Amino acid sequence: MPVNAIDYSDVQGLVRFGFGGMTECCFYLVNIKDVLAARSWLASAPITTAVEMKPIPSTALQVALTRAGLETLGVPGKTIAGFAPEFVSGMTGEESRSRRLGDVGANSPTCWQWGYGKKTPHLLVMIYANEGLLKQWEMSVKGNLWDAAFQVLERLPTSHLGAVEPFGFVDGISQPKIDWERKRSVSGDQLDYSNLVALGEFLLGYPNEYGKYTDRPLIVPADDASDLLTAEDHADKKDLCRNGTYLVMRQLQQDVRGFWQFLDKATDSNPEARQKLGEAMVGRAMNGAPLLPLSNNPIAGVGPDDQDRDYNQFTYQGDDAGTRCPVGAHIRRANPRNADFPQPVRGLISHLIRILGFGRKDIRDDLMAPTRFHRILRRGREYGDFLAPKEALEPAPPDDPEHGLHFICLNSNISRQFEFVQSAWIMSTKFDGLTEESDPLIGNREPVRGCPFSNAFSVPRESGLRRRVTGLPQFVFVRGGAYFFLPSVRALRYFAKVGA
Amino acid sequence: MRFHAIDGSKPKMTPQSSFMIIAPLDVRRTDELRSLLVSMNSAPGNANPKNEIIPFGRLEDLHFARLVILEDQTLDDITTAYGLPRRSYPTYLAFLGDFDGDTNRFLKELVAQAGNGLRQIFSFCEDFQPDCDLLSWMKNHEQRPATMYVNWAGRTMRQIREEDALRNGLEACLQNNASVFVGKSPREIRDTLKEFVRSETIAGRLRLTMPGQMPLTWRIRNLLHLVGVPLVLLFFTPLFILYLPFFAFQLRRREKRDMEIAPRVDSVHAEKLADLEDRDVTNQFSALGSLKPGPFRRWTLVFFLWLVQYTTRHIYNRGHLARVPSIHFARWVFLDNKKRLIFCSNYDGSLESYMDDFINKVAFGLNLVFSNGIGYPKTDWLVFHGAKDEQKFKYFIRRHELPTEVWYNGHPGLTNFDLQRNRRVRQGIERQSMTDAEIREWLELF
Repeated sequence: MPVNAIDYSDVQGLVRFGFGGMTECCFYLVNIKDVLAARSWLASAPITTAVEMKPIPSTALQVALTRAGLETLGVPGKTIAGFAPEFVSGMTGEESRSRRLGDVGANSPTCWQWGYGKKTPHLLVMIYANEGLLKQWEMSVKGNLWDAAFQVLERLPTSHLGAVEPFGFVDGISQPKIDWERKRSVSGDQLDYSNLVALGEFLLGYPNEYGKYTDRPLIVPADDASDLLTAEDHADKKDLCRNGTYLVMRQLQQDVRGFWQFLDKATDSNPEARQKLGEAMVGRAMNGAPLLPLSNNPIAGVGPDDQDRDYNQFTYQGDDAGTRCPVGAHIRRANPRNADFPQPVRGLISHLIRILGFGRKDIRDDLMAPTRFHRILRRGREYGDFLAPKEALEPAPPDDPEHGLHFICLNSNISRQFEFVQSAWIMSTKFDGLTEESDPLIGNREPVRGCPFSNAFSVPRESGLRRRVTGLPQFVFVRGGAYFFLPSVRALRYFAKVGA
Repeated sequence: MRFHAIDGSKPKMTPQSSFMIIAPLDVRRTDELRSLLVSMNSAPGNANPKNEIIPFGRLEDLHFARLVILEDQTLDDITTAYGLPRRSYPTYLAFLGDFDGDTNRFLKELVAQAGNGLRQIFSFCEDFQPDCDLLSWMKNHEQRPATMYVNWAGRTMRQIREEDALRNGLEACLQNNASVFVGKSPREIRDTLKEFVRSETIAGRLRLTMPGQMPLTWRIRNLLHLVGVPLVLLFFTPLFILYLPFFAFQLRRREKRDMEIAPRVDSVHAEKLADLEDRDVTNQFSALGSLKPGPFRRWTLVFFLWLVQYTTRHIYNRGHLARVPSIHFARWVFLDNKKRLIFCSNYDGSLESYMDDFINKVAFGLNLVFSNGIGYPKTDWLVFHGAKDEQKFKYFIRRHELPTEVWYNGHPGLTNFDLQRNRRVRQGIERQSMTDAEIREWLELF
């Protein structure tokens, strides 16, 4: 095997695949009831790996653990303390974290269905199957140890809505491309937006976009750790996290009726304007088409297939004012598609001038961080039945079922990736010079000191004066969430025996 | 785009100044002081503008202020890294702020507004006598910064307040008349807005004060500094060139040897700091550390801070420090005979984005200064690497950071971008004539 090749059989499949063909899926949040039984279950769990299989398998199983899960399994405290501080503390571990993530007001963890206090799970068990196969696969995955080993906190069902999310927009079409071959050079400033991202951003144990190995627990080789891989950057240590990553999960309830009814009211029930305003908030047409023309130049990590190019070969360069895609649109906040410099830099002198902070063209220059350090790989699944926009305009019947998204993302540095995107971009009322806004889709509309309102949305227009939509209610509510570690297969087997 | 003041003359302004009063604490009473300081806050770390001890809100020219207990957690580093005995320093109380105008006048105003409260606070300092003259005691304990950064020289609190009110007024006018403006040309919209401002001004609801005169002495001193520093540098150039190879040798020898001390931050410390943050769109940052031992690092730092001071005074005083637009005020202050350095700043966004700016936009500048501190991530040739070692740098920063017990922001909710945008909004109202393109661009500010 070449030195740089990744052992896919050690990586959980979710890092490489979305299991899109497996349209049936459910997530178990469980606590460990009996450690011995749990260990045995983990030792033999048929984890699906990232090895490319032909034919594509029809079922999959993934397992991730919280800090509490690691503790219960008997992973030494010293080892656990080496995991990312955010993971150790947990999504709801500190009030300041909740504040940064926007988990305040109606999103406050105290109102959550799971993920807070006693309802913090030990394990996340993700079960995927082709249509019609889930029930059977679920039984098979559980085997005869499950009931003895685990106490189920939640079984979260999901639904397959085609390619769309509950509001009706095509979703999941823009993902960073992982540099599995480790060909990307990250030295020096990156002058163009690249969708190809260093392996170390999504998998621990490899260099990240800074060319560094993300901090993680390295352990002294001992008998029970003998199967673990050696750390690339410390030849004398075993790398517990290599081929693993962090998994962020948040249950986001979507008020589909509230969303479309608000749009309807804001556009005087004009169906075309209604859809247009919704598309401006999302930043894409309902069918997923970008609101900007495609760029003539290829973007690293976009394509080669035509559909990906049609969806993603664009940046916001040239649309600084946001007249094509509003600056505050959801997808523009979540991925501003910029490079290390706000304006193109060509040549050494120009580079030097920009480094020193001269040659600024716009007062919004340099307000935003370079995107490449803040990418996440999304692996979420929807839940609830599909409610077409037209139906959503009808008043809610009694017992209107819940709709939403089990947001799942993978990243190797939770604070720099997920948390940064969530706090500095999505929730920020000051994103890219905006005022009194938060993400039009998922913002919580909570006031911040000195900023009593965060419930507006501006649609810039060619004429200069924007249209300002005010009084946006909250459309998305956080119902649960936790930070998990998605271990490599080797690490999972290690966890199954470490405390024994 | 360039704007001109209404009368066509060069705008005049009031310079910003800073104070920092620092005195050794009676360490037996630190906890007692801490609870007094906490009583000044309305939220952890965030001052109540109307608190009875120092009613910051009454000080109209005050941009930012803070009270920090300088408890150095990193005093053992000198032993770890250089095998030298731990030095003992007093635990200081630092009270610092940034304001408009003259320091003497401001301190007098401070004493007039908060004399009793200040006495109460300073009574925790070792050498404070209850019957002393408060103002002269404070002046005796003033510590001047080695380098000072102001985001926008001349932008006063009065200007900030007036321009914020102007923008809010215009925003409300646009919102309330949204239907009237539909189909109107940008020029017509601007004319309506100008008329709105005119009538609001007459009614006394809006006010736009012309910036005051910059003092003559200030202008002379500034000019002398502007010309003097390059002259001094020029004069010593031959010496610098002669010394350069030795400098390079001394530097490289140290850079290869110096130890990094950037362990994972203690979670209790990190939580305490995080608890104080992100309660406003702007945050405070206070950090303390020791210089690497010996005269080489000390004089290197003195020299580069002196150079940085030149750039912040004459070049980076219009909205950005190199590529970083988010810092309102910052200062670097030597303590204890230049053996330690304290850095304090006020910045927009969260610490994570602040550090992101440091690493991705001005790592070279950070390295130039902070690599002279013990334990800083390894640099090469003073400017390379260092902060680019992202996680080590973040650990280093957090480890040296001190909890800021009391922090006051005179304009909560307003970022540097907002302040600059508001200024442009005002200019668009005050300008006599604008082209259609300029008006369109101006309207995009709303």
